[in-house]
Amino acid sequence: MSFLLIKGGRLIDPLQAVDGLYDIVVEKGRVKDVLKAGMLAGNDLKNKGKVIDAEGLWVIPGMIDMHCHLREPGEEYKETIKTGTTAAVAGGYTSLAAMANTIPVNDNASVTDFILNKASVEGAANVLPVGTVTRGMKGESLVDMGELKDAGVVAFSDDGRAVMNSEIMRRALEYSKAFDLPIISHCEDTNLSGAGVIHEGYVSAVTGLKGMPSESETVMIGRDIALAELTGGRLHIAHVSTAYGVELIREAKARGVNVTAEVTPHHLTLTDDAVRGFDTAAKVNPPLRGEKDREALINGLEDGTIDVIATDHAPHSLVEKDVEFDAASSGMIGLETSLSLCLSLLFKKRINLSALIEKLTKNPARILGLERGALKKGFKADIAIIDPNAEWVVDTSKLYSKSANTPFRGWKMRGRVVKTIVNGKVVYG
Amino acid sequence: MIDNAIKRKDLLGMDDLTVDEIEAVLETAEKLKEVSQRDIKKVPTLRGKTIINLFFEPSTRTRTSFELAAKRMSADAINISASASSVVKGETLIDTAMNLEAMNPDAVVIRHPSPGAPHIISRLLKSSVVNAGDGAHEHPTQALLDLMTVKEKKKRLSGLQVVIVGDITHSRVARSNIIGFKKSGAKVRVVGAPTLIPYGIENMGVQVSYDLKESIKDADVIMMLRIQRERQEGALLPSLREYSIRYGLDMEKLEDAPKDVIILHPGPLNRGVEISPEVADSPYSLILNQVSNGLAVRMAIFYHLLGGKE
Repeated sequence: MSFLLIKGGRLIDPLQAVDGLYDIVVEKGRVKDVLKAGMLAGNDLKNKGKVIDAEGLWVIPGMIDMHCHLREPGEEYKETIKTGTTAAVAGGYTSLAAMANTIPVNDNASVTDFILNKASVEGAANVLPVGTVTRGMKGESLVDMGELKDAGVVAFSDDGRAVMNSEIMRRALEYSKAFDLPIISHCEDTNLSGAGVIHEGYVSAVTGLKGMPSESETVMIGRDIALAELTGGRLHIAHVSTAYGVELIREAKARGVNVTAEVTPHHLTLTDDAVRGFDTAAKVNPPLRGEKDREALINGLEDGTIDVIATDHAPHSLVEKDVEFDAASSGMIGLETSLSLCLSLLFKKRINLSALIEKLTKNPARILGLERGALKKGFKADIAIIDPNAEWVVDTSKLYSKSANTPFRGWKMRGRVVKTIVNGKVVYG
Repeated sequence: MIDNAIKRKDLLGMDDLTVDEIEAVLETAEKLKEVSQRDIKKVPTLRGKTIINLFFEPSTRTRTSFELAAKRMSADAINISASASSVVKGETLIDTAMNLEAMNPDAVVIRHPSPGAPHIISRLLKSSVVNAGDGAHEHPTQALLDLMTVKEKKKRLSGLQVVIVGDITHSRVARSNIIGFKKSGAKVRVVGAPTLIPYGIENMGVQVSYDLKESIKDADVIMMLRIQRERQEGALLPSLREYSIRYGLDMEKLEDAPKDVIILHPGPLNRGVEISPEVADSPYSLILNQVSNGLAVRMAIFYHLLGGKE
């Protein structure tokens, strides 16, 4: 068996509180050793393995996206497990939590099995299926959570739809305690958001596009926090987009409520100004909000209120996007632009490097209960090697995703993945 | 005949126009107005040009106005309405527009229920695109004809107090007029039930009021908007009766307004709902002048967009 040696890179591993020059030895798919750079005698590994020279580069645990849509089964024309995971590794992601709103939805073990089998054959990255909260994602009755847990789901979520019935949400948070899996909540009061297609504010007032108020998110975050407090269940708030939402989570955490939260790179980067030209690529749910919200999200990330950055990668084809704004589907792809957008916060000195990497590795691993997200001896060797100074331009024809729905097309980016390793194998670069 | 034609491919909204462009259009419209008074109501300016009216929403007044405007400029005009087009067969807006483009028209006039629809097709078409109303977004020719009507009567726009009354949230007429009057130096106040005035509208530089009687005391211009009867369902309005009592303009409320106030309405009227018959037919009302000016403004827009050069 041969070694893989990653030599001389700057290792950033928040779980082990490491930031420095290290050599990493990988064997049999796992991390065999992490040694101070130069400690390894030059001839120890000669001719026995492959050496990756990481001098001048950053080495981080493979990133974990706890929120993406791979569209398979059912909408393979938008994305497949194969294309989605290929896009993921090109973006530095080595594990993906695949949302349950496929066709059919992942509300029983046979769908979970299908996803896991397909991923084991065609997947470039680890695929972690998320099961629905309710049968058929209809919000009416709970799924067989035990069966889904045994089949391998890592969380439950009706993402894309809110669980509007508070009693069902209460019981979901309660029942799932037996399995120690989180309920990932898409917080939206759909009566309040109504026919809205963008954030309700100045841009909706000017464009005449129907707005959905911030409160359609915040009243549900408030409700879910109350229910998590009542039940002691594990609540994870998906894609927080509002300033008051961040505040509610901050207060809840201070009170000791069992709640975690994620934010997307696009909500950290863009505001509703991006839809002024009626660009359907910028139509997303929750919608891009105002500048105050964006600021609050960054602050929430900095002070630890928000645990995770997750992409909400949502591929759509031209059939859904090349239409009138009202008629277009919500969502944007994100796996291949996420790292660069996150690094821009670092370069603007809004967050420090270790805190940033933690939101992409250690924290999602903790929430999903994975023995990944760190380069610890014995852990699976999921690794991303980054050139922090590489400059590139987003060209949708060169992305690995099957879809091209991104408002970042044409953007100049800084920082790029040069190599990605999954379970000890180089899968990208 | 006319100098300084404005140089742009499309008319998508008042937001795009400069003050100079607005003035140029109004000036042209004043000159072209005379054509419709003639015995032979036609000038040869746009002979050989083709204009397609593509209407995805029912409209009689605006469509007729665009069609007559094209014909009085000697352009060939055809009308396509959504029910008669391929849209019902599942064709997308973009396919429809590209198919029309293949027939080489010079201008496509589009009305569509979705904000931004004209902007989407304008990026794909070589021909000029004129927005005849896109959802609740803009209706620029309506604003231009309103500016023209007010300017004719008041001899100026700058410094006037304009009061726009009704369902502001769902009104493209309100949005285009707010932009147009603000650019022309007028002051604008919007009035209506709080459920029908969008948050953030103050940032367009307008005052907001919920009290019609109070808000027209200093008005030079009152613009009444049509209230959609379907709005009374749902949570926006308790009833049309209550709306009419509080926000309908009648002679009694008008008593507090200045004597030289003028009243506009984009039509079609809901007599007895947002405007009483007595007010609609009073000397304050310029509703029919708006219709005549609408024709002139649309002729002027075609003139500017389609060249009209010798």
